[in-house]
Amino acid sequence: MIINSLSRHFKEGAKNLIRNGWMSFAAFSAVVVTLAIVGVSLLVALNVQQMSKYVANQLEVSAYLQQNLSNAEGQKIEMQVENIPGVKSVVLETKQQGLKQLETELGPQYGDLLKGLGTNPLPVTLIVKADNPRDTLQVANNLKTIPQIASVNDGAEYVRPLFRVLDIVRNIGAVLLLAMFLTAVFLISNTIRIAIFSRRREIEIMRLVGATNGFIRMPFLVESTLIGVFGGAVPAVALDFLYQYLYQISGGYFYGIHFPLISVNWFVIKVTVALLVLGFVLGFWGGFMSVRKFLRI
Amino acid sequence: MIEMQDVWKEYANGTHALNGISVHITKGEFVYVVGPSGAGKSTFIKLMYREERPTRGHIFVNGFNIERLKNRKIPYLRRSIGVVFQDFKLLPRLTAGENVAYALEVISTPHRHIRKRVKEVMELVGLGDKLDVLPNQLSGGEQQRVAVARALVNNPSVIIADEPTGNLDPENSWGIMKLFQRINDRGTTIVMATHNKDIVNTIRKRVIAIENGKIVRDESKGMYGYDN
Repeated sequence: MIINSLSRHFKEGAKNLIRNGWMSFAAFSAVVVTLAIVGVSLLVALNVQQMSKYVANQLEVSAYLQQNLSNAEGQKIEMQVENIPGVKSVVLETKQQGLKQLETELGPQYGDLLKGLGTNPLPVTLIVKADNPRDTLQVANNLKTIPQIASVNDGAEYVRPLFRVLDIVRNIGAVLLLAMFLTAVFLISNTIRIAIFSRRREIEIMRLVGATNGFIRMPFLVESTLIGVFGGAVPAVALDFLYQYLYQISGGYFYGIHFPLISVNWFVIKVTVALLVLGFVLGFWGGFMSVRKFLRI
Repeated sequence: MIEMQDVWKEYANGTHALNGISVHITKGEFVYVVGPSGAGKSTFIKLMYREERPTRGHIFVNGFNIERLKNRKIPYLRRSIGVVFQDFKLLPRLTAGENVAYALEVISTPHRHIRKRVKEVMELVGLGDKLDVLPNQLSGGEQQRVAVARALVNNPSVIIADEPTGNLDPENSWGIMKLFQRINDRGTTIVMATHNKDIVNTIRKRVIAIENGKIVRDESKGMYGYDN
């Protein structure tokens, strides 16, 4: 019995979709357009998030040991630093590596200058990354308490503004995304309401012949949910292809800068799932709320 | 079957539609409800299928206590009543047969029964060959027959009709009345609000006259009693 009427509701819902051709199309278009906008916002937001994560992960602290300490002694301190809570990784740069790097940094013209030094004046350096990039300064302070460490370069002068900018970007993104989402909800539920309003006579008749509210509601729900899901699938597929194309022509990096874009696979999964779920929820919820209005006595 | 005890109805806008109506209609009766426009006929009819609630008084229809009936139980009352309207109220996007079938689908009738029963009823109203036609391709008389078929299909014990011949020419009106007569002969109660003098005076049945929200006349084998 239940199966019988359930399959009826699905058939009716699908049939109504065709019968109400233009109204369905209007609601469908509203979903497609708004979810396309949400999808584009998502595209930007995901990449901004990716970039800020990338930038934050570049943060590191250089700790210069006392100049008289040897590489071997440096290794002991490296172990000590590794055990500090909040430290993700420590890389030891030996005196020799330091010199070599300085050489390459100075370039061939001036590299020869270093040859005149005789003994290597550079200290052993520990390059430390924090578990959470936001704790970088905290970790740097901890390093300063180790007596064998002569000085610490924590980059505080640019770490603080960096995080301030990242926070602002993230907040603006979240607000925009929320605004887009609310617009979508509003537009879609309005369109569905208009579509159902044009059929209030139909609903009235159904009630007169003794249909229960649930029986009346089901085909409408099927109908509006189908509109929502199809309406979500179209921009999802379109954006997937668009992103793949953008990724290919940009080589996977943000134009001109060395920021890696979020990978195509991740994008496809996230955006497709997000838009389909959004379409489903919006269609179901919009249909539910609109029919409910006409089922009141 | 249908029982009203001192029923009053005042609408939210202050209109006093019914002022103390008491009536008893037994199973198998055929009742005309007559009276001038605005006298309260439609309200009287609407109370029976719980389109409206009484402000005061008691109403019982087919064993349902209307004043106590919860909103979500209303569909069950309506399934025991067939309702026919002046404007037919057919679902415009469904064919004649689907319109009739809808009343059966609502009560979860299995498919094969629906098909058989719809054919049966459509033949009864003389439209056995119009099952797949959309309402707007049928004449007014035919549409009203479909509406009657839909009202009948569940075998309700009461058929309530609000001016069923109001939009029909005389020929079609008589056709519908013949149908009602046949349905009544099988034991179904019929309550019909009407302005059709000829019909009331020719097919003589019980007549309840309502004026200013009160019953002013209740005669078996009565006459229409108004000039128009």
